[in-house]
Amino acid sequence: MDFIKAEHLFFYYEQEDEQQNNAVNVLRDVSLSVRKGEFLAIIGHNGSGKSTLSKHMNAILLPTGGRILVEDIDTQDEDRIYDVRRKVGLVLQNPDNQLVASIVEEDVAFGPENLGVEPEEIRRRVDNALKAVDMYEYRLHAPHKLSGGQKQRIAIAGILAMEPDCIVLDEPTAMLDPKGREEVISAVTKLNREQGITVVLITHNMDETVNCDRVVVMDKGRILTEGTPREVFSQVQLIRSHQLDVPQATELCAKLAACGLELSQLPLDTQECIDVLSEVLL
Amino acid sequence: MSNPILRTECLSLVYGKGTPFEKHAVKDVSIEINRGEVIGVIGHTGSGKSTLMQMLNGLIKPTSGKVYLDGVDIHADKKKLRDVRFRVGLVFQYPENQLFEETVRQDISFGPRNMGLPDESIEKRVKRAAVFAGLKDELLDRSPFDLSGGEKRRAAIAGVIAMDPEILILDEPTAGLDPMGRDVLLSQIDAYHKSRNNTVLLVSHSMEDIAGIADRVLVMNHGDCVMLDTTQNVFSRSEELESIGLRVPQITKITTELRRRGVPLSEGILTVDKAFEEICAILKKEGRL
Repeated sequence: MDFIKAEHLFFYYEQEDEQQNNAVNVLRDVSLSVRKGEFLAIIGHNGSGKSTLSKHMNAILLPTGGRILVEDIDTQDEDRIYDVRRKVGLVLQNPDNQLVASIVEEDVAFGPENLGVEPEEIRRRVDNALKAVDMYEYRLHAPHKLSGGQKQRIAIAGILAMEPDCIVLDEPTAMLDPKGREEVISAVTKLNREQGITVVLITHNMDETVNCDRVVVMDKGRILTEGTPREVFSQVQLIRSHQLDVPQATELCAKLAACGLELSQLPLDTQECIDVLSEVLL
Repeated sequence: MSNPILRTECLSLVYGKGTPFEKHAVKDVSIEINRGEVIGVIGHTGSGKSTLMQMLNGLIKPTSGKVYLDGVDIHADKKKLRDVRFRVGLVFQYPENQLFEETVRQDISFGPRNMGLPDESIEKRVKRAAVFAGLKDELLDRSPFDLSGGEKRRAAIAGVIAMDPEILILDEPTAGLDPMGRDVLLSQIDAYHKSRNNTVLLVSHSMEDIAGIADRVLVMNHGDCVMLDTTQNVFSRSEELESIGLRVPQITKITTELRRRGVPLSEGILTVDKAFEEICAILKKEGRL
């Protein structure tokens, strides 16, 4: 079942120049479906339109052409905008811009409080959300004293406490160190696998997308290609020619395959690469 | 090599000394950095990397310990501290937030103008810095606030390069850039380094970036300098790095494991090209390629 459905989405804004007004086309005819329970990654270089697309998914931005449906609700339906935002939660790049309270559990409770949830229910939701991202033991800490990865997981818990069906994450790891990145990605993967929450992950970091169900590659406001991570990353030339990277494991094996070496499969991560190369080299 | 351009002696910084919140941001760091080196600086968030970098150009005064630039204690004479900042150029994290002038040209010339250089020479430096940072000529007369994120970052870096510092420190210059933007910026930093033969310190969370450019790597953990060694040697210690929240580049991890399993590869391979080269050589020797 399609949870989010974008139909011929266009988005542009006017750029005021000294001489003339130019329309900047950010999205050009994007049609995309996100299935319920899917883990979808969207990749693309700076300015490819991927963040703009993500902001359409919970009605932060409204399309200038076409439409986007969240469980059959049109995001342009002003009466139902809060229904859309309750279904789809958005996590941004910089955790420091998303935390509002001085105690972790109060921060997580902020969302459900605003939804008018009963206090007992808030307690239950906050505890569950913090446990889901492995931050329960930090519930009485001050957010500003936590590491970047921990802060980002608190931001995710804050969204979870509103019990959305879908979480959209816009480059959630861009400002984190390697350990922080792994913490966030594994927390998000767990939510998808164990709680069936639909996840849309926007990222530059290709290594983070190898375990998702489907990868969509954006370029110049259009969808360039999509498929499983293996299908997408096997198009090494196409990906690289659009200013993107493939994982080093994939790059090495693609180069060897191009020289005529036969490999059992094109690896996506470290372990697969070690196994594939062990077969031919040992 | 006993004439390091930069040397620190038991450098420490304590925040909130004497209060219950006392925290050692940097503890007893003694390092030597040689002229013309590229040093990669890695460490988890909060490990003290940025604090250490800001002490190296006198922006933060250490609680104890000394920084010697070319053998001279930078805090010995307060009047000379300004000079130190011209000689040790620091590009902060997210430097695009510090652009302030009306045009890109004025912004880049702010540093050299403060150095008291004549107009002609400022103009020359601005042009050269813009070329090194990869800024197109036509952008120089635009407002810095009309540039794209990547262009703003270049403009900010050009502003520091224009002072032609002997030591260039860049704190996470590639954070938030896409892979292409990152590669271009790193190759420009490398080209600048090669043509000026200056010393570069590059802070990054990307082990792949560091592996491609650094001669030596400085590893910080909870305020301590835990390693300062050649890039190959540092990335050969993957277990230690992982235990302090860091990683080795994926390609290094793959080749190290293959080597352990008996594939005759050299130790500490840092780039895909090098790994490709060695594997091809093995296959060719066996007549399989």
